[in-house]
Order: sequence, then structure tokens, then C-alpha cells
Amino acid sequence: MTNKIKIATTSLAGCFGCHMSFLDMDERLVDLADIIEFDRSPFTDIEHCSPCDIGLIEGGVCNSENIHVLREFRKNCKTLIAVGACAINGGLPALRNFVKLEDCLLEAYRDGIGVDNPQIPNDPELPLLLDKVRPIHEIVKVDYFMPGCPPSADVFLAFLTALIEGRDPSLPYKLIHYD
Amino acid sequence: MLTTFLQKVLTEADYQPFRLLGMLRKVQAQYQHIPPEAIDSLAEALNIPRTQIIAVVEFYSFLHLTPQGRYDILISNSITDQMLGNDQIISYLSSTLNVKLGEVRDDGLVSLNHTSCSGMCDQGPAGLINGYPLPRLDPPKIDRIVALIEQQTPLTEWPPELFHVEEIIHKPGLLLTQAFNNGDALHATFTRGLAETLAEADLSNLRGRGGAGFKTALKWRTCSQQAATPRYVICNADEGEPGTFKDRMLLDLYADQVFEGMTVCAAIIGSNQGLLYLRGEYLFLYEKLLDVLQQRREQGLLGTNILGRAGFDFDIEIRMGAGAYICGEASAQIESLEGKPGIPRTKPPNSVMCGYQRKPTVVDNVETFLASTHIAIHGGQWFADIGTPQSTGTKLLSISGDCARPGIYEYPFGVSIREILQDCGASDVMGVQVGGPSGTFISNRELDRVLAFEDLSSAGSFMVFNSTRNIFDIARNFTDFFAHESCGFCTPCRVGTSLLKQQLHKIIDGHGSAADLEELSELCLVVRNNSHCGLGESAANPILTTLASYPDLYLKQLKHQEFSPGFDLDATLNVARRMAQRDDPSAHLMQVEN
Repeated sequence: MTNKIKIATTSLAGCFGCHMSFLDMDERLVDLADIIEFDRSPFTDIEHCSPCDIGLIEGGVCNSENIHVLREFRKNCKTLIAVGACAINGGLPALRNFVKLEDCLLEAYRDGIGVDNPQIPNDPELPLLLDKVRPIHEIVKVDYFMPGCPPSADVFLAFLTALIEGRDPSLPYKLIHYD
Repeated sequence: MLTTFLQKVLTEADYQPFRLLGMLRKVQAQYQHIPPEAIDSLAEALNIPRTQIIAVVEFYSFLHLTPQGRYDILISNSITDQMLGNDQIISYLSSTLNVKLGEVRDDGLVSLNHTSCSGMCDQGPAGLINGYPLPRLDPPKIDRIVALIEQQTPLTEWPPELFHVEEIIHKPGLLLTQAFNNGDALHATFTRGLAETLAEADLSNLRGRGGAGFKTALKWRTCSQQAATPRYVICNADEGEPGTFKDRMLLDLYADQVFEGMTVCAAIIGSNQGLLYLRGEYLFLYEKLLDVLQQRREQGLLGTNILGRAGFDFDIEIRMGAGAYICGEASAQIESLEGKPGIPRTKPPNSVMCGYQRKPTVVDNVETFLASTHIAIHGGQWFADIGTPQSTGTKLLSISGDCARPGIYEYPFGVSIREILQDCGASDVMGVQVGGPSGTFISNRELDRVLAFEDLSSAGSFMVFNSTRNIFDIARNFTDFFAHESCGFCTPCRVGTSLLKQQLHKIIDGHGSAADLEELSELCLVVRNNSHCGLGESAANPILTTLASYPDLYLKQLKHQEFSPGFDLDATLNVARRMAQRDDPSAHLMQVEN
């Protein structure tokens, strides 16, 4: 049990699509489960990271909480991987970068159609939004980038297998062309 | 009003879509932008998609979809202009005219912006107003300019000395000192014979002066052997490489010899049509060059039956660029001449076989045509006797930066950098940028290297830096330049140049760690090895060459043990904090986690 590879996963400004794609490994998960175990992850509901071998980050960084989570992962994971388009480039959530944050907030909480009791949320419990959505490698050092929206189950398997076997992951062309 | 104006513009352009860029330049000059109605009308009259017109407007720096000021001031941000204090010039202009950099004043009278090197590095800090040059800017000169603008005096009534560009030749050599009478080269060519003259060009071993160094005679021969007609001669006068201005001088003082070289080429390859692609920054030469062409027509050196030879018809049309460095690349220039954005073509086929209008085309540099003229007169051996075996003849250099005598110098190939520096009065040299940002940076430990295709090749730019200069200012200026000038066609260059810029700024601004330097080096290779054209291939040169010469300076710049964001992290919460009216501890972020 203690010899298992420990993996932590999280979704920051993402849609959990990458996590779903991970699960698309289907029956191959059974074999994988013999050699890995999950630490902090939506699969386990463990709240905070303990020291891990691999951290998988889905999604970009859109608010202050994302920064804290990302830093916790970096601190605890020997190898940190940006998983999918949003973690790598900001992806879909980063489309808001073309609109001023002020305008986004006003539209959502004050001026938008059907807004009741207009006010900008200000509870200290709520994380504040960054002015722009950022890819994770602008905040912490990232060791590997796993492309795709989402990366396919095959990509996850190829990547993790290589890391577990101590090789540098390298994806064959057929796994990274999308048409 | 607009309709009448467009009618005139269209008529002057003979309704030819390939003259689109010229038409848009006129609309821009008249209306300070390209109004949507003009786009619609031109699209209909020329029978081209309006998206093509918008693509062209968005591609070229001197064309705009939104109105610029009636006096549109652009200040060159070439590194040499920066060293001469362009920042102070901009601040002074900005405060006296009450307009912010990058903006148009509320009354629409004036706008102020940066531009890439305007080709006046020997007389900077320099700028452009409505396309016309303003060299040697200083506060007293600016006071005069500001007064003229506020009085709304038309540019045509401004004192001409404000626009006066000096041509400073410190060291004329083989080509610049040759006696020449109009027609000499054509007479010599016809007397000797076309094939024999091409053989002389071959013997001269003349190589293209635009930087690539392709053998000129081979280019001409290949073009002449193509079955397709018509064939075209293009003179590339889009010298956008920061620090170079020798083509400006040649077209200002030696235009006849350049046009004659084009005509000799036309005779040899069998062409009836020549084009001079003049960079937008050299608008001040346009009228003058038209006069030279007209004179040559009157002298029987252009037009039909040139010098009485039945059937030898050739004429030259001048087309202006509109602020795009990439159009100095031959195939991008051809695209631009066809009225499109200047995006380099995929090769093969080479433009010699499939160039302008998909026909065989010779594209040569201004200086190449000048050399061809004299080779036609004096023969190949005369030229080959000078220089080195692989780099024959002489090279014109535009010298700028930290030296006592900036200006034009002509040297036989093989001259050492040390000798050049002595001649131009450079002391306490830290390094020299040979060939502009796309060229090579050499440190003061390498001054015995020589100017030649086999060692340091240069299209003409030669920028000197003394020991008071900061190597990072130079690398940053050049890297920003490439990010600005990337045509956007291929991802490695479009995205890569911006990433290079971001990563370099991160390190220079003191946010870098060892991992960032490694990342920067890798990025350089990705951009260099995967880009579509020469721009992307050389965009990482400023970083790669300075990193090779001064690794210790880069290492010293790494201020962090651990990775740190390249921007002020806490400041990214400013807007949200203000709007939520919060300032509690959890409303803040540490730059680096403790």
C-alpha cells in the first residue's frame, strides 16, 4: 500500500471535463488502481494535499483561491502537470480576458437582465477574481503539459505510465492530432 | 465627397486591385483612417471581398480603421533613437500637445505613437508626421512643430528644414566614387551583348545585398530561362531592418544608377515591367523618384525602344509600403505588391519562377542594382578583384549608435570590425550589432571578426554600443520589435515572439528564477526552428547572441531561488478589491509563498 504512486488532482477554472476524460480509461482503471492511489482529488474528497508524487491540474487560474490551491499542489507534488487547454493557455474561461473585469462584474451583479438585489458580492469568504484568467505556469513552475480539450484517456494513460516507469513522457502523433 | 474622392483614387489606380495598398494610403491620408463606406465602395469597385480590404488595413501599421489625428506623429523606437532620448522626446511632445502616447487628442487634431525604426538612425531621435520625416528632434524643434500644429498650418507650408534629411557619406568606396552618366551601363550592355553581360555579372560573383547573399547572376539567369511571361524586375527598397538607411541614401543621391541596374536586369531577363517597392517611411523620396523616372523616360532610358533598340520596352512603377517590416522579405513583398497583407509565401516555388502575379520575378536589393550597373560598365573582374573570394566587391554600411561619426561607409568585404569602429570614431565599445536585430551581436572580445558572408554578414545595419549601455535594453528592444512585426501567419512566430518578449521581460524585471532562464532558452529554439520564414527564424537572435556573449549578466538577473510570477500578483486583485470594497487579509496575495 505504501509503495503506491500518490496522485493528487484538482480542477481550478475548469469544467471537470479533463477529470471525466481520465475516468474514460474505463476497465484500465482497475489495473492502474493497483499501482496508484489518490490523495487530494474530487475522486476522494480529501481536503488538503499531503506529499505526493504527481499532481494533475485541470483549469486555469481565475481567482485567489485557485492561487492558494495551486501553490498547495506545487508544494506537495514532486511532479506537477498542467492538464488540458485551460491549464495550459487559460482556455475557455480566459475568453473573459477580452472584457474588463469591472464590466464583467457589473453585468453579472448589477446591470444584467433579471438581476435581483444588485450588489457586488463582498463576503470575505468569497475568493476575489483576478483581473485576467492566467495559465498555471505563470503562477508556479510546471513540469509537464498534457495537451487536449480534454486530453483523451489514452493520453492520461500514456503520460502516467511513462512517469511511473521513470521515463520522460512523449506523446505519439496519433494521440495529439484532433481532426 | 468620399465618393468623388474614391473615384479619383480608383481612376489613378486604373481600378487594379493589386494597387489596393496605394489606394488605401491615399484614403488614410485624406480621412486619417479607412472609413467603413470606403471599404464597401472599394470592395465593389475592385470586385474583391471586403474582408481582404480589412485584412490589409489591419496588417499595415500606417493604415487604421479608427481615425488618427489630422497631424499623426510617430516616434521611432529603434534602439539608437532610444539611446538618443526618444523617451524624453515623447514625454515632451505628450505634455506640450496634451496627448497621451498611443492616443488621439479629443479634438482629433493630433495623435502620438511609436513606430519601428524610421530609417534615420544617423540623425535621431527621429519621427514621422503624416508620413514625412522629422529628424534630429529636440525640445526647440518640437516647440516649433507644436506651434505649427496648434495653428493648424498645413504640412506643405511648414519650413522645409524641419523635414530635411541629411545624407552623410563618411567613407565612399568603389561604387560611390565611380563616375557615371545616365545610360553608361545600358550602352555597355548592348555593346557587349546580353549574354556576355550576364557572364560578366557571373564573373563578378556579386551576391544579393539584402542579407541573404544569393548569387545575383544565377538569379537573373534562372529567371531568364523561365518559359512564362511576362517577367518582372522588383527593386526591394523596403529597408526596415532597424539601423539601416543606406538605401535611403542611394535612392536620394544615386537613384539613376539604381534604376539603370534594374533596366540592365530587364534587358537580360526579358522584362517589360519593373517595380520599386519603397518603404512607407521614405515617402519624402516619392516625388523626387517620380521625377527621376520621368527624366529617364525623356532621355530614352525608359519606355519603348530604349536607346533605340527596337522591342526593348521597359518602365518602372513606384509602389509604397505602409509600415510592415516583413515586407522586406521578397515573397511577402510580392504579396504586398499584389494588394494583400505581406505574408511570406510557402516555398518552393521560389519567386524567380513564380513571383509577382505568379510570373518569373527577380527581386533584388537597391544596392545590388547599383553594383550591377557598375559591373555592366566595368566588367566582372573589376568587381571580383575587391573583397574576398566568397564575398566580392564592397558593402555599404549604415553606422549608428555610440560613435563620433554616424552615417554611410563603403568597405571592401573582409574588413575587420575593429577597423570600421576606428573609422567611425567609436571608443569604449561594449559590442556591435551587425546586421540589425535579425543579425548578430558581437562583444568587444570579437572585434577582429570580419564583414563578409563567410563571417558576419549584414544587409547594412551596424549599430555601436559603448560600455555605458545595458545589454538588456538592447535585447529587450529587439525582442519587442520582432513581437510587433510578426505577421501572425504561423503560430511559432506569432505566439512565440510574444512569449519570448514576456519571458525576457520577466527576467529583466527581476522576477526570474533559474527555471525561467531555461524556459527562455528552450523557447528561443522552438521559435527559431519551427517558424515559417526568416523573421521567426531570427527573432530569437537578440536573446541567443547576448546570452552567448554575456551568460553571467543573465544569471545575475535571476533574483529568485524559487519560481515567481512575472507580474505583480497582488495587483491583479486591484479591480475586484475595489469593487467588493474589501481590504481584509484574504483579499491580498503574496508574490511568492512563504
